[in-house]
Amino acid sequence: MPNMSLTKNPMPSQEPDVRNKNFLEVALGYTEEQALDEAQRCLNCKNPLCVQGCPVNVHIPQFVQKIVEKDYEGAYQVIHETSSLPAVCGRVCPQETQCEMHCIRGKKGDPVGIGRLERFVADWHNEHVTEAPAKPASNGHKVAIIGSGPAGLTCAGDLAKKGYDVTVFEALHLAGGVLVYGIPEFRLPKKIVQKEVDGLKAMGVKFEMNMVIGRVVSIDELMAQYGFEAVFVGSGAGLPMFMHIPGENLCGVYSANEFLTRINLMKAYKPGADTPLMPLEGKTVAVVGGGNVAMDAARCSKRLGANVYVVYRRGMEELPARKEEVEHAVEEGIIFKTLHNPVEIHGNENGYVSGMTCIEMELGEPDASGRRRPIEKKGSEFELPVDCVIMALGTSPNPLIKSTTPGLEVNKKGGIVVNEDGMTSKLGVYAGGDAVTGAATVILAMGAGKLGAKGIDEQLSK
Amino acid sequence: MYRIVTKKVLTPTLVLIEIEAPMIAKKAEPGQFIILRVDKDGERIPITIHDFNREKGTVSIIYQIVGATTEKLSHKEEGDYIQDFVGPLGNATEMPGCKKVAVVGGGVGTAIAFPVAKKLHESGVHVDLIVGFRNKDVVVLEDEFKKACTNYFVGTDDGSYVRKALVTELLEEQINAGANYDAVFCVGPMMMMKFVCKVTQKYNIPTVVSMSPIMVDGTGMCGCCRLTLKEADGTSVTKFACVDGPDFDGFKVDWDESVKRGKMYGEWERHKHEETCNLFKKEVK
Repeated sequence: MPNMSLTKNPMPSQEPDVRNKNFLEVALGYTEEQALDEAQRCLNCKNPLCVQGCPVNVHIPQFVQKIVEKDYEGAYQVIHETSSLPAVCGRVCPQETQCEMHCIRGKKGDPVGIGRLERFVADWHNEHVTEAPAKPASNGHKVAIIGSGPAGLTCAGDLAKKGYDVTVFEALHLAGGVLVYGIPEFRLPKKIVQKEVDGLKAMGVKFEMNMVIGRVVSIDELMAQYGFEAVFVGSGAGLPMFMHIPGENLCGVYSANEFLTRINLMKAYKPGADTPLMPLEGKTVAVVGGGNVAMDAARCSKRLGANVYVVYRRGMEELPARKEEVEHAVEEGIIFKTLHNPVEIHGNENGYVSGMTCIEMELGEPDASGRRRPIEKKGSEFELPVDCVIMALGTSPNPLIKSTTPGLEVNKKGGIVVNEDGMTSKLGVYAGGDAVTGAATVILAMGAGKLGAKGIDEQLSK
Repeated sequence: MYRIVTKKVLTPTLVLIEIEAPMIAKKAEPGQFIILRVDKDGERIPITIHDFNREKGTVSIIYQIVGATTEKLSHKEEGDYIQDFVGPLGNATEMPGCKKVAVVGGGVGTAIAFPVAKKLHESGVHVDLIVGFRNKDVVVLEDEFKKACTNYFVGTDDGSYVRKALVTELLEEQINAGANYDAVFCVGPMMMMKFVCKVTQKYNIPTVVSMSPIMVDGTGMCGCCRLTLKEADGTSVTKFACVDGPDFDGFKVDWDESVKRGKMYGEWERHKHEETCNLFKKEVK
């Protein structure tokens, strides 16, 4: 008999006033009792709509039923059939707009906490199963993956399972891409990413760090000289976008990419770190933008002791960030200045930020994106005293792969063009993730990694 | 991990190391840079390539000991390893169609001017290499420099070696003597490059400068290395030194902004350097 409670088991979390002073994980994960109780809310639908909502089509009812049977490793194996990164997805996927949005229980009450259950299963596996995954028999085909973010790791995992000889080339010194440089420790502990990478290594995937493809070796050379029969480009998002307003290059104006990289990859939040970050204790920070990256930057700033504003030109309802992230940010004491937009950043005589002029906005008719267009309210400018501004406005694709790969077609925005199989304009070269779509989510990049792996497998097994 | 093959202490604060990095050596070109980390928790710092040996598979860099990272690096000896070494990054220096150029280097910048001068010289371009040092104690690499150019001019700030002259003065002398340069390539401290550009602008000689802003990833992701280029029509555009540079049209660079951005962590850096020096002193005791 299913559990007919209308509400999800709440996620145990650190208290807001405690967690906004540390970088430890906010959500603590379900206990076994909570997981069992939540799993019993699943109706095990014959035609599970949740699966269609998942970009990698995890067999959701099957894994949830395994939890009900207390076969947690069995549940993990079900997820792992289609997803290479369960512990990551259980934490950072926007389930509310994917699997859980389609859950029948959500028609009346809360949907089943699929993401929370996925995390429980993945954490259970990581805690209890120490043996490394078996290394599949080799099929003799060599594939190169460019970038070790969610798209690259997923593509590598799917191909390794099929016996491909996979090498992942990473530009930075650590594998994980945005999972290590972008998403903060308190949302995704780095040891979890490392665990996923180690799992791939056990399956025979090779990782080459410090390899900036396009500079040290080109894609053409990988294929012609190094014997790679196919290449998957998952090089991720590139250069940060700015607003092109006066004062944007003052000291103390960061792109979210730079700010988060200093904190997450370079550990600038730890006392004694070698990488500097301007001291934020007692300072005021304005994060400009309303996406998940803006929330991450705001919450990091808060943890470093700053008074934090999120300045966003539309309203609370229009924030593109996950609802849960916004709620967490509000709980942690971040002040939302929605319907506001910066027009100029001011500096002192040494070139450091001293303030920002903002203007009030109102929402007009919907624009091409379907969202209501923000319009400036004339004469509503005011001064916001701030010491640091973080621009979280998205990114444009890195030009490096395009400029060093003759014949690789890109669109107007610089994103790599791919067909329905994930293949680019070059035979044997596939691409996916932010390098194709521009800034999006971890799970969409994983979906693209899966598609690329499928395309490569079909091509090479012909 | 990357092995230090040779190490030469050029002056008490200037060190040349040759690193084993065959794949980078194969592709490196003058004007490009690398990013290194000394140890596992180290910061990423960009350093311009001084020289490379494709056969031997090595890349040489010259660094000045200014902060904690370069201090730590200076304690690594031949045969030791550094954690990370990434490159070649940035675009190679291009001076197409030039028949006669001046390559101007100041301080540690002379080390970077060297490969550019050498490449141009080897391709048949007339190269006047103009270098400046603070005093005679920090004059380095003269034998190599002389081989990499047609004419070699050197000056010191205090006159303790050859003659008292700034690179701007040496350059202007040559221009006035009828050198008729097609272009000038300039690398060194920001203030020096700014003033070299003031001279060349007066004579309308196109000037390429090699910028070295603060970087984090160095691969076109973080945007830390941005700088402003001002166009003649009054508009300005943001560029990223790691992927758009490091070479830029010196007449367009917003020097004041770049100077300020370069000092962003100055105080922190001095403090951290002191702390690191003290640590090493303790270890020695």
